[in-house]
Amino acid sequence: MGNFDLLMHGFGVAITPMHLMLMVGGVLMGLVVGVLPGLGAPNGVSLLIPLTFALDPTSAIILLSSMYWGALFGGSTTSILFNIPGEPSSVATTFDGYPMARKGESTRALTLAFMSAGVGALVGVVVITLLAGWASNFALQFGAPEYFAVYFLAFAAFIGMGSASPAKTLVSLTTGLLLATVGMDTVTGEIRLTFGLDQLLSGISFLVVVIGLFGIGELLSTVQEGLRFRGVSSKIDLRDVLRTIAELPRYWATSVRSALIGIWMGITPGGPTAASFMSYGIARQASRKGEAFGTGRPEGIVAPETADHSAGSCAMLPMLALGVPSSATAAVMMGGLMIWGLTPGPMLFATKPDFVWGLIASMYVSNLIGVILVLATVPMFAALLRIPFAIIGPMIVVICFVGAYTVSNASFDLWLVLLFGLVGYLFTKLGYPLAPLVLAMVLGHKAENAFHQSMILSNGSLEIFFSNTLVTSIMLIALALLILPKTLQLGSRLRRKAPVE
Amino acid sequence: MIKTRIALLTATAVMVAAPALADWAPNRPIEFVVASGAGGGTDNFARTIQSALTRNDIVDAPMVVLNKGGGSGAEAFLYARQNAGDPNKLIFGTNNVYLLPYVAKLAYTTEDLQPVAALALDEFLVWVKADSPYESITDLIDAAKEAPGTITFGGSQSKDTDETLVALIEQVSGADFKYVPFNGGGETGVQLAGGHIAANVNNPNENIGQWQAGAVRPLCVFSPERMAESEPIGDDMGWHDIPTCKEAGLDIESYQMPRTVWLPKDTDPEVVAFYEDAMKKVAETPEWQDYLTKTSQTGAVLLDEELASFIQTNEDNTVKVFQAEGWTAAE
Repeated sequence: MGNFDLLMHGFGVAITPMHLMLMVGGVLMGLVVGVLPGLGAPNGVSLLIPLTFALDPTSAIILLSSMYWGALFGGSTTSILFNIPGEPSSVATTFDGYPMARKGESTRALTLAFMSAGVGALVGVVVITLLAGWASNFALQFGAPEYFAVYFLAFAAFIGMGSASPAKTLVSLTTGLLLATVGMDTVTGEIRLTFGLDQLLSGISFLVVVIGLFGIGELLSTVQEGLRFRGVSSKIDLRDVLRTIAELPRYWATSVRSALIGIWMGITPGGPTAASFMSYGIARQASRKGEAFGTGRPEGIVAPETADHSAGSCAMLPMLALGVPSSATAAVMMGGLMIWGLTPGPMLFATKPDFVWGLIASMYVSNLIGVILVLATVPMFAALLRIPFAIIGPMIVVICFVGAYTVSNASFDLWLVLLFGLVGYLFTKLGYPLAPLVLAMVLGHKAENAFHQSMILSNGSLEIFFSNTLVTSIMLIALALLILPKTLQLGSRLRRKAPVE
Repeated sequence: MIKTRIALLTATAVMVAAPALADWAPNRPIEFVVASGAGGGTDNFARTIQSALTRNDIVDAPMVVLNKGGGSGAEAFLYARQNAGDPNKLIFGTNNVYLLPYVAKLAYTTEDLQPVAALALDEFLVWVKADSPYESITDLIDAAKEAPGTITFGGSQSKDTDETLVALIEQVSGADFKYVPFNGGGETGVQLAGGHIAANVNNPNENIGQWQAGAVRPLCVFSPERMAESEPIGDDMGWHDIPTCKEAGLDIESYQMPRTVWLPKDTDPEVVAFYEDAMKKVAETPEWQDYLTKTSQTGAVLLDEELASFIQTNEDNTVKVFQAEGWTAAE
């Protein structure tokens, strides 16, 4: 098995004291970057690029990728503790992670998130190791119609089984789609919905919206409910961490399914954010037990986190092998590759084995380091919830605004945070689900582009979405996911009270 | 008070050091405002310059890269307009600086920016999939003439350099292609390798990986002369073995994209001179030479009048294409 030998060679390259130091440093920096909402992995990694000029490419990519893993881990922390996603891909973690923390089980929620993230990442790396050659060929199969089918599938998986009223879901979804169209359109080059405001030219940043909707929106609700987080008196015990780890194998089905979704979305440019949403939606679909999702279900944390991380690691593959990054951070790293004088492409695996396999080997090691480091921080983060609201509340406000400002250094974004904070508060109060809005913002423009490109290719005929086996099967799965649950729901509607999102 | 003191100090400094070229030096961190997202071609251009300036101690002040790629780069140019007169901001772009205002209604004009230098010319080539039936550019054009509007050209963005070039090919040859815009050159390259489009007009750097792997092959290059000699890359061909489009029978003399550096308008001439000098030094560094070789771009240091006339010619030629296509934004 050639890949195995190459991997061992890679370990030889990756495991040196210097590289181990870079990994620990990278993961720690990534944690900080991930915990702070707004700063985010792409920004963090591009801040580090100038530092890598002095390193050789292998050390440089090890540092940058370690930072990425750290940021992916850190991103779930604030999602769970404060309902503020530190990274776009950890939005789905808030749905069940935050309710669980509010029930006083923050240690459990954090441990579940970190452990399943670790599992996801490792599964992702194993896939990269085994399927390096095959996966890039698979990604080549994806043209515009296939992309659209994948995005459609993500929408269908998540929305088909939404438990809120269909009309409210539709309102939320279309609001998201509308927000996603602001700015310059790739396919037509037209500027849309900016109302002559220069600040809107680059579109409305998804992160800014999320910080407002979730962070500020949640804060407003908390204030109304009497100025305190419920369940603050959580016990903090390292044994809780161990107990939760022991609990993990029970969710093996969710883990396996989510890891597979993550791998797929990582290899084809759906990206970690789409993966986590899709995996959460499908987990909700697959669960038959009474307790509703959105109330602190462990599967609701395991699913998005596993998918997020397996997608994150698999995103390295199309970046290296095709030169197509399937996440924003991968795009920044690819820029780094070119500056270091490496050409991403199918030949990189053949011409620079030290670099490629050193990186892959380092992914095993630095994710292990990452899991150990984040687990060690669990008690510390969980303790944050014991701080009285009078102190932590204002701090969250500051973090939200600083975070929103860091996204693109624009003071206009601060107004947007405020606005979307109000929107988030109103949506929650009136029972409109936020998730479809967020999903539409992430995938709306991509889906629109792919649809538009397909229409140009087919001269406006919808047949293109059923023109070959690949695209037809994805479309059929998507349609099934969209229609079946609603039909089944109709049947059981009278027997079961519809759970609230 | 402090301002007057600084003014006085500067005045004294200017008087003392009058004959020296570098009358001005940055006293604050320099912002490198990049008109593309992180990882884009313009981003690599700016970061290479950052690395060359740092490693060779050409500029002492710290440099920070700021990506403002929104609206095809318009975000960066609007930022320049808002910061008129600020000597600590350098803007990195292509010819989009002066072409964007023609195709989109934007709140800046080219006069809001002061050109500093063009440092490289990026080449354009026609690429097809390795197993495609088209052996030469004329094959491709003939096929398009036989079945108008069926052969797909992919490219990056809309009404940007790629679509302009495809439109130019159509205008010159009389063929009719179908143009599909994608998000960037890398994506377009993969779409071609996967056989989802028939051809693209990627820059060398955007397709080299796929060429090495034997997934795509070049038909011709839009430069007045063949590209520089190089090691064989794909099919035992190097860059120099690719015919120019003109010799291959497509009458387009040259189509190149400059990589340009700008300042906000209304800065002092000393400031412009300082950066011109710095860019000249960058062009001599090994880092820069390495960048040119790796990305297969043609080095060309254009300053001052040479730069102005290059911009004028490039602008005039492109606007002609825009007008013929009816793309110019309504006045």
